[in-house]
Amino acid sequence: MIKFVKRPEPSKAWTLATPILAVIITMILGGLLFAAMGKDPVAAIRTIFWDPLFNAQFASYSRPQLLVKAAPLILIAIGLSLGFKAGIWNIGAEGQYIIGAITGASVGLALYPLDAWWIFPLMVIAGALGGFLWAMIPALLKTKFNTNEILVSLMLVYVAEQILASAALGFLRNPEGNGFPGSRNMSQIPAMSNPELITGTGAHWGVVAALASVVGAYVLINKHMLGFQIRLTGESPRAARFAGVKDKLLVVFCLGSAGALAGLAGLFEVTGPAGQISIDFGAGYGFTAIIVAFLGRLHPVGILLAGLLLALTFIGGELAQFMLGLPSSAIQVFQGMFLMILLAMDIVVNYRVIIVKKEAA
Amino acid sequence: MDFGGINPVILLASLMVASTPILLAALGEMVVEKSGVLNLGVEGMMIFGAVCGFIAAVETQSPTLGFIAAAAGGALLSMLFGLLTQIFLTTQVPAGLALTLLGTGLASLLGQNYQGMSPPRMPDMNIPLLENIPVIGPVIFQHDAIVYLSLIMVVAIWAVLKFTRVGLILRAVGENHTAAHALGYKVKAVRFAAIGFGGAMAGLGGAYISLVRVPQWTDGITAGIGWIALAIVVFASWRAGRVLIGAYLFGGITVLQLNLQAAGAKVPVELLSMSPFLATILVLVVISARRHGASNAPAMLGRIFHSS
Repeated sequence: MIKFVKRPEPSKAWTLATPILAVIITMILGGLLFAAMGKDPVAAIRTIFWDPLFNAQFASYSRPQLLVKAAPLILIAIGLSLGFKAGIWNIGAEGQYIIGAITGASVGLALYPLDAWWIFPLMVIAGALGGFLWAMIPALLKTKFNTNEILVSLMLVYVAEQILASAALGFLRNPEGNGFPGSRNMSQIPAMSNPELITGTGAHWGVVAALASVVGAYVLINKHMLGFQIRLTGESPRAARFAGVKDKLLVVFCLGSAGALAGLAGLFEVTGPAGQISIDFGAGYGFTAIIVAFLGRLHPVGILLAGLLLALTFIGGELAQFMLGLPSSAIQVFQGMFLMILLAMDIVVNYRVIIVKKEAA
Repeated sequence: MDFGGINPVILLASLMVASTPILLAALGEMVVEKSGVLNLGVEGMMIFGAVCGFIAAVETQSPTLGFIAAAAGGALLSMLFGLLTQIFLTTQVPAGLALTLLGTGLASLLGQNYQGMSPPRMPDMNIPLLENIPVIGPVIFQHDAIVYLSLIMVVAIWAVLKFTRVGLILRAVGENHTAAHALGYKVKAVRFAAIGFGGAMAGLGGAYISLVRVPQWTDGITAGIGWIALAIVVFASWRAGRVLIGAYLFGGITVLQLNLQAAGAKVPVELLSMSPFLATILVLVVISARRHGASNAPAMLGRIFHSS
């Protein structure tokens, strides 16, 4: 009989080992899934995880894409991880991402055709502010009325998607776009564009911001009082209250910073890779970032690596779709499976597994 | 009797159809939460049930077999959540999110070859005599079997929870799992059963969308109804009767906004489409602002049970 005994504190070795083990197990199960769909499992796994980086034919295109896709995932996941650590569940990052893109784009497009150096920085601020304010809705409802932030933040994703549709079809539509939905292409307007900073790397301002957020979160969590309070609240809310942690302030801070970072991610995306506000602008980064946060063990450096890995599954998934006809939803299943396996493996982090002989009971 | 192109009798009858998926899923989730488990995967189980039901109904040309497959599919998927939270002792919030992500992906994978097909029609089951009552007849007694089933489930769940031993054990597990365990009840088995029931109900609700309400298969067909169902459980403060009220309230808002869109009301379409979600937030705020609102929640909701 197998018995689980709670560890006094989580095992450090398993904390590091389980994400890697989870990747391997997911690859095996994913291979079985692809085999069941009639695809060669080895070729599929290689196309997803190897070819985007090392295949001579595709790597020149795919490698820069890695940073492009990883930047929003990392930015959003860093924000989410602060809240998750403290037991504050913001699952509406997708909405904050969309709203950040809309507010940022609105500011820029309102100033069109003005050409000045300060327009892009102003848009960045507006994007962050938009995401922040959108996240303040669940935060303030939580602190004032004790409303469940999980449900409110999620409902606001659907509201944000409708605002996005209304922006693309109405108030932000390109007046010179012959009636097609979608805004002006901001990546082609010098004052508003978020260009590739170093040619061939895919690095745009969002990548810079993502790296800065990793460093910032690391310092906050490890060196700052607020970071200590976040960790304490997550581990023991009661102890945190006795220690004088203002839990309402923490809710506002965690949701607010996550919203601002998600808003930033949206702004960098809309001015760079996406280029314009369109109906299908929301690409699910806000939800995938939840997987990134958990895979990275809510640790900034872990999130950096996890963001790159999930970006790889997106790019590899597209490649597999193109090369092997693997449907894009297969990658979604793969990512979902990944999160489940990762969560299941937490048991060896928090518990010791002991095999007891039957008669001992 | 027309008001601005909207016929109130047809409106009320379609309200019942629109509310049924929310009602089924919310009732299932209420039972799960009564056992002390918070499963945020309702949306995933619904959409998985929707696709299972659709495929089974198209392949067998039997809507009944479709609904059975949907319930089985939802229950099967929910077992993954059970496995994670009850055996692997995972935190319930991320486990539920993972279930939604996986369910959405699986549904879109399974359904890709079924886009644009039409399912067999679910026959109406008019109740003799009662169907002839003016106004009330067409509104309440001219529906398919699933609508009646959802109403019967409201009464059944209320009665089982209130009057039977099974209901008592379920509530005991949800209120104090340590005490229930000490009394010799199998906490994990009870919770597994509740999770499976919730999955089956969510699956039925999903299939009602893909087989009756729409009726077609498209990606993301449940469009957030699973999340609204979760909110309705809170709104109903874990009471079956109030789940009925909540589900019909939101079904009503959905139908009304669709009718207003169709009637060409001078309100932006996007504002109408977001109205059910805005209303959900509003209701959640009102419920949580009242001090005793949340106190009816099962005491063990979301807590991990581990007997050492």
